[in-house]
Amino acid sequence: MTNPPEPTDRAAWMGQLARAKPERLRALFPVLPPYEVLRPAEIGTVMVQGRAGGTGAPFNLGEVTVTRCALRLTTGEVGHGHVQGRDKDHATRAAVLDALLQTNQSSALRAAVLAPLAADEAAHRTARAAKAAATKVEFFTLVRGEDK
Amino acid sequence: MTPDALIGGFTDAPVQASHAFRAALNALSRPGQIETLHGASAPAPLSSAAATLAMTLFDVTTPVHLAGAHDTPALREWITFHTGAPLVDAGAASFAIGTWAALHPIQRFAIGLPDYPDRAATLIVEMPSLAGKGARLTGPGIETEAFLSLPETAAFQANRALFPLGFDCFFTAGDQVAGLPRSTHVEDI
Amino acid sequence: MYVAVKGGERAIDAAHAWLAEERRGDLGIAALSVAQIRAQLTLAVNRVMAEGSLYDPDLAALAIKQARGDLIEAVFLIRAYRTTLPRFGASIPVDTARMAVIRRVSATFKDLPGGQILGPTFDYTHRLLDFALMAEGEAPLAQDEAGQNDTPPAHIPHVMEFLNRDDLIETEIPSDATPPDLTREPMELPTTRALRLQALARGDEGFVLSMAYSTQRGYGRTHAFVGELRIGMVAVQMNIPELGFAIDIGEVEVTECETVNQFKGSKTVPPQFTRGYGLIFGQSERKAISMSLCDRALRWRELGEDNIGAPAQDEEFVLMHADNVQATGFLEHIKLPHYVDFQSELELIRRLRTEAFAAREAAE
Repeated sequence: MTNPPEPTDRAAWMGQLARAKPERLRALFPVLPPYEVLRPAEIGTVMVQGRAGGTGAPFNLGEVTVTRCALRLTTGEVGHGHVQGRDKDHATRAAVLDALLQTNQSSALRAAVLAPLAADEAAHRTARAAKAAATKVEFFTLVRGEDK
Repeated sequence: MTPDALIGGFTDAPVQASHAFRAALNALSRPGQIETLHGASAPAPLSSAAATLAMTLFDVTTPVHLAGAHDTPALREWITFHTGAPLVDAGAASFAIGTWAALHPIQRFAIGLPDYPDRAATLIVEMPSLAGKGARLTGPGIETEAFLSLPETAAFQANRALFPLGFDCFFTAGDQVAGLPRSTHVEDI
Repeated sequence: MYVAVKGGERAIDAAHAWLAEERRGDLGIAALSVAQIRAQLTLAVNRVMAEGSLYDPDLAALAIKQARGDLIEAVFLIRAYRTTLPRFGASIPVDTARMAVIRRVSATFKDLPGGQILGPTFDYTHRLLDFALMAEGEAPLAQDEAGQNDTPPAHIPHVMEFLNRDDLIETEIPSDATPPDLTREPMELPTTRALRLQALARGDEGFVLSMAYSTQRGYGRTHAFVGELRIGMVAVQMNIPELGFAIDIGEVEVTECETVNQFKGSKTVPPQFTRGYGLIFGQSERKAISMSLCDRALRWRELGEDNIGAPAQDEEFVLMHADNVQATGFLEHIKLPHYVDFQSELELIRRLRTEAFAAREAAE
């Protein structure tokens, strides 16, 4: 086993895997290696909280569906998947990748899976931002009477 | 997190939890009747019956207190991973696990409020063994009388006097469980 | 004499079969897919998610299909489904300052940093029926302004923070207190702002709108300006105990409204603007603005204002009647058999009439 990853690094890839479209993740990483299930994929909810005024005391906004899974590779690494929605395959695949990214396959998988996911996401966000930018109001001041 | 903490949960949660819930329900509604409970296993010293109760009854909204020798890092991690239950001091607990001696003084545990008697603790008392002999039990759920090898009687008589407030108990040993709700009258014989 | 009878089972089965046929409608017309509802009736899906209090667009679309478009019935289906799921925990409060905004407007500041972004809005449409939508045709395309703002800003400050910097508006006190959850514990009055915000966020849009409108018309007037209204995606983050750190589990679209309301002051504190807040799943600015106004009206006690007896100031009235599933359940149950109840009333009125006739005859 290689050195354990930095929590910020691991949190970043787990988030990237969770935000991925399930079908895209399946296409990028179709074949799963053998693993032992520690917690079978299960569907539940997470209560989403907001803050009064955006910055004040927390309140419960409503729940979101989440699927989670925990497993262990035959080489010993433990992987966790926590993904929005009700796709057990997505949670399992995310957990397998979380475990594999802790092994010496990490750099290959970053290039083959994480980089394309990040590129998809950036492209989607940029496209949305460009549409939003087109609806941005450019105020201009009309000529006023007191100006000569 | 230690590897032991991640194993021993249900493999088929809906079915196993349903069977276990039925057994727990029978135990509490037929005080003194010994039921078997299995399906989960946790790090020592937790019995498989208590582990199965934990998998069935605990979640993120049920604060849990681990008493005495049951308060180990491995068991804390196991409960956190498998149930999500927060681990708390005795007074804030919905459930408490320990031997009868370790749970003392039992006055620490919540007995509910007059408006919400359900806000009381349920004690999971780990026993060396369970047998249908010893203290005499009468009351709701018992047609005539029942007997159970309770660790003592005075504490349960005092608890019965608080009714409708008071704590409820499961007694666990190996894969066996028996229940003693706050409504049961307990006598020495 | 009315007697309760059994025997409706066959009729109920037949009614359900007919319901299924009516739901499908004319077989000569293509069936509507859940994906179509999700993609093209987005605002209905959003409303079902907000009032069902469960963010899952696929499930909301399915509920709308199953309910034949009856949104309150769809909300009911979502609430019922939700009860079958375990809850894994609570998220870290979403950070709306880091929202990927598609719409962001302010009625109080023209030149706010980050700009006014109209987004996909119905505002400025002429509300003329567009008969082109009846005909098949090319899908319309949005314009974009590639190059101008390609990298979306990670952080867009709230307008209110500019007012706050000069102490012109009350400060929201941040806290990490665990908020009460009305889906887990019975509501106790008087309640807290956190609980009111939860109840309003899942309350019926029509009810919350009417309550808010009543405050504008003078029943608990708080004179609100929309300081900022924004719509976009926010990341949902959760602490995972077995990992010991927080991860993104996904993202949800929300609408947020912050209102600037009439000020309060005292001998010791100079006058300041006050706040109302609305946050709703999905795109629903009508509901978000309504929620803000209701939130502000319900804050009269903590702001030291007078209760003038307006309905929107009465938290028991607002919170106990905002939920459309509760309201529908109690309202519609009166159509179900009450044969025995009614029989006792019938016997009573017959006896009273007999006695009244007898008394009249005796008097004559």
